[in-house]
Amino acid sequence: MSVILMQLFNGISLGSILLLVALGLAITFGQMNIINMAHGEFIMIGAYTTYVLQQVFQQQFPDAFGTYFLLAIPVAFLVAAFIGLLMEKTIVKFLYERPSDSLLATWGVSLILQQTARSIFGAPNVAVAAPEWLNGGLSLAGMTFPYKRLFILGLVLLSVLFLFIYLYRTNSGRRMKAVTMNREMASCLGVSTRKVDSTAFAIGSGLAGIAGCSLTLLGSIGPTLGTAYIVDAFMIVVLGGVGKLKGTILAGVMLGIFSTFVEFSTSATIAKMIVFAVIILFLQWKPTGFAGVRVRALD
Amino acid sequence: MGRKKGLLAIVVMSMLLAACSSQIETATEGTESASKAAVSDGDSVKVGILHSLSGTMAISEVSLRDAEQMAIDEINADGGVLGKQIEPVIEDGASDWPTYAEKARKLLQEDKVATIFGGWTSASRKAMLPVVEQNKGLLWYPVQYEGMEASPNIFYTGATTNQQIVPAVDWLLENEGIKFFLIGSDYVFPRTANQIINAQLKAKGGKAVAEEYTPMGHTDYNTVISKIKSSKPDVIFNTLNGDSNVAFFKQLKDAGITAEDIPVLSVSVAEEEIRGIGTDVLEGHYAAWNYYQTTDTPENKSFVDNYKKKYGEDRVTADPIEAAYTAVYLWKAAVEKAGSFEVDKVKAAAGGIEFKAPSGVVKVDGENQHIYKTVRIGQVQGDGQFKEVWNSGEAVKPDPYLKTYDWASGLKK
Repeated sequence: MSVILMQLFNGISLGSILLLVALGLAITFGQMNIINMAHGEFIMIGAYTTYVLQQVFQQQFPDAFGTYFLLAIPVAFLVAAFIGLLMEKTIVKFLYERPSDSLLATWGVSLILQQTARSIFGAPNVAVAAPEWLNGGLSLAGMTFPYKRLFILGLVLLSVLFLFIYLYRTNSGRRMKAVTMNREMASCLGVSTRKVDSTAFAIGSGLAGIAGCSLTLLGSIGPTLGTAYIVDAFMIVVLGGVGKLKGTILAGVMLGIFSTFVEFSTSATIAKMIVFAVIILFLQWKPTGFAGVRVRALD
Repeated sequence: MGRKKGLLAIVVMSMLLAACSSQIETATEGTESASKAAVSDGDSVKVGILHSLSGTMAISEVSLRDAEQMAIDEINADGGVLGKQIEPVIEDGASDWPTYAEKARKLLQEDKVATIFGGWTSASRKAMLPVVEQNKGLLWYPVQYEGMEASPNIFYTGATTNQQIVPAVDWLLENEGIKFFLIGSDYVFPRTANQIINAQLKAKGGKAVAEEYTPMGHTDYNTVISKIKSSKPDVIFNTLNGDSNVAFFKQLKDAGITAEDIPVLSVSVAEEEIRGIGTDVLEGHYAAWNYYQTTDTPENKSFVDNYKKKYGEDRVTADPIEAAYTAVYLWKAAVEKAGSFEVDKVKAAAGGIEFKAPSGVVKVDGENQHIYKTVRIGQVQGDGQFKEVWNSGEAVKPDPYLKTYDWASGLKK
């Protein structure tokens, strides 16, 4: 019993990480139809931002080292969002309505960003030390829930919450929804779609930065960190239904739980294959992903 | 719109070109410096050094080049080999296996080097193997590997399986328990190693409760850790490679499994890797090698001192570094015994040569061209160094095909 519970937790934890990675993509790809291959590199930027902050705190403020990680989250968001904004202004804005061109151009950007990171930080991966209070785990009824996993889970919940508040409760968020629903009409009504596009892209990139920040808790980071997650992220967005935020959330969590249980009963390599096969079959059946399944919560 | 399109295309193209050309630059850098060095006179002999100085393997292989360079400098300061100064031609394998074959060919055909010191991954060795055999060259390969190979043109100065994995399994059976959990990256070395371990456990009354492989670069080990918890092994035998180790050890510790509960024995984690993974999560776990920076021999004392003096106080020595350093001296001894730089004569002379290496006395086995090495099991200490907890007492005869072990007769050769 405890094994099943533990696996359920592991699944939700993996799902929450995947969701955090996919959330930004759900905005850029889902809402704006830009196939952003450089999304993984914004994750990498977030991770290296955390690394730099760690170095600064270790050298300058060793006493306050425990708090650096809390600071790293907003900073990673801002840095990634800023670079995302820059990319939107210089490259992506010429590519709206041309998804296949956006794929090539952003892939080029992704290679450039990787090489830049390699030049600045070196080819070898680096490790980020987690603050002391995140080490260890919560023991409960014979099970151990690592604090890092719980922390990431909380972080994802907060990010989703903020995103929904932004989209449904603020003017700028509502404008973004309006543009997604009907670009021409929104434009006629005086919404500056250009501005909305830039903001959306920056927010999507920023969310990737937060994902990168949280990934430093799990393993080491390197210039190609993002490439490992980009496929999973696209899969979640497609599975959830392009443009459907709630679908993305459902897809992320389900994919996490499903692949953890398959991995538990088979092995890590085979699990990957089975999960891919099942998703292909599912998309044959429902090409629009979960959005095609009529569930009240998704409407 | 048309103009914008064109402009954009140019921007993108030039960016891509910039990314590509910077890669080409780094790749040719090595060649240029090497071709300058290729101008030689009658008082010197050229040798090739072929390691990855760029790419993902650079982190490990640069140290091997440094160790070989140090051995060459020492020998040159001491009068050289047969009165000639050694002149290294350094090439970059760039973590790319076809490049290894290409550069090995260049070293043998164009530079006409007397021997090559090089390689780290088994893939790089397999890429160079046909080239050195066709060109009747000589290669010294300094890293522990999966065995089942003995090329007449390669000398193996790292451990083969019966000098690392097999004695480590025996030691664990005796000291830690009989239930093994096997975890490895999904490629040739871990799979071959685990095949051997399975056969050995079966013969000796042990049991592999699980055998798990994860893709290279895998970072989520929670499910594997759940399996570890539910199968309750006495010990984990770890053949993970590269950065997966960081994720695995971090998450193992966070899940509340310490070295006292279930110790992990790794065969790819040495002093250099400890620095990357973090001492705090590795403390108390084991590794099996033939050499540690703390190995207590007079040769090692001066080896470590010289290495740090030459390359910096923060550098550490490790098993492959020692094996690379030893390789240069073994080649020198073989050349001097043969009285010639000719490959056939050097090979014929090499058998039986002994050398007081930092890891203890090693001896070349003339038959399979591996070397006799002492096996050592070490435990990670708080300072990131190993404490030796067991050694084989004498140098173990290399047996790459495990011919002398009955239980290994069924293994794929």
